[in-house]
Amino acid sequence: MNPGIPAASLIVLACAAGNRWLVADPVLHVLLQLPLLGASGCLLVPQQRVVAGWRWAAGGVAPLSLALTGVAFWMLPRSIDGAVNNGMMSLVKFVSLPVIGALITVCWRRGHALLLAFVKAQVVSMAGFMAFLFTHSPVRLCNSYLIDDQWRLGVAFLWLGVALAGYWALGLFRVPAPIQSELH
Amino acid sequence: MHALVASLLSLVAGVVLLWSHTDGFQALTAERARRLEAARSTPPVAPFTVETMDGTVLRVPRVNGRVALVEFIYTRCPTLCQSAGADMKRLGAQLEVEDLADRVSLLSVSFDPTHDDVPRLADYGRRHRADGALWTVGRPQPAALAGLLSDFGVTVIPDGYGGLAHNVAVHLVTADGRLAGIFDPDDFGAIVSATRRTLGP
Repeated sequence: MNPGIPAASLIVLACAAGNRWLVADPVLHVLLQLPLLGASGCLLVPQQRVVAGWRWAAGGVAPLSLALTGVAFWMLPRSIDGAVNNGMMSLVKFVSLPVIGALITVCWRRGHALLLAFVKAQVVSMAGFMAFLFTHSPVRLCNSYLIDDQWRLGVAFLWLGVALAGYWALGLFRVPAPIQSELH
Repeated sequence: MHALVASLLSLVAGVVLLWSHTDGFQALTAERARRLEAARSTPPVAPFTVETMDGTVLRVPRVNGRVALVEFIYTRCPTLCQSAGADMKRLGAQLEVEDLADRVSLLSVSFDPTHDDVPRLADYGRRHRADGALWTVGRPQPAALAGLLSDFGVTVIPDGYGGLAHNVAVHLVTADGRLAGIFDPDDFGAIVSATRRTLGP
């Protein structure tokens, strides 16, 4: 049995049990529940020796395309509105996000370093874009949330972008010194 | 080779999924989506009745073959519903100029029917000079409210200050009970042309 199943199930069950409470606030919905569901999928990815044998995932582009499609889907205000008001969309949320999380993990394990660096830059800039959109839109983008809540979500996206940029920038200082022979 | 094929297939699948989910990349919000759906597929709305500001009962779709232009308000709303009321008055005047007034009914429906009793509806109507003939104000039965709002795609949530936040629009309901268009309350040009198109020659 996949050792991640119990923990992943626990996360999904917790998200389902707290769904009414979590979706009532867009910050909790978008930046806590959705990532948690994604994280549950990360736990389900098989061991590296299995993933290393997946030829379709070589280079990480295929899992990345699929994951980005899912992320783009859940960045749309109409998807978020749907997950609040529509039972079927809520079900899609609980099924698709673990899959997206798993795909991101596969991409991270199989992706070329350049691809991962590109993704990191995109994630930071996209967080900035979402922050700008939600703090500056004069209209409510989700019918289910108030304009003040939308603004809070924008600010949270800003902090997320800053935190990720800071975390990834820290990695630059951990790079070991280049070996002299490689410089010549 | 496997990875290349898988990548291309993933890319195509992603574009197709997002294309279909956003109505051809046109509707990124639920509000835009419901407006597009009304324009494209004219979904049916269940017939409903309201108690009007005169105390009479009015049925939508109208039995006299008129097109109904319906918007949703609550009378103690300090902002959107007051400008929507002013727009409704101007829309009525525009329809008279366009010679459509005898084939159309304007109706403001309260989504706060327990608070908005007949005197309060009448007060809202008086403030915005609703004549009770071309344009009237009404409230549904509280039990019918949820289904009504769902049919029209109207979302009402508490605003945290004792009021209600909601999406505002004018909804065109044909004489046979279909939702044929959803418009901004001040988009008179689009409302008039859609009404004319619905009524035919």
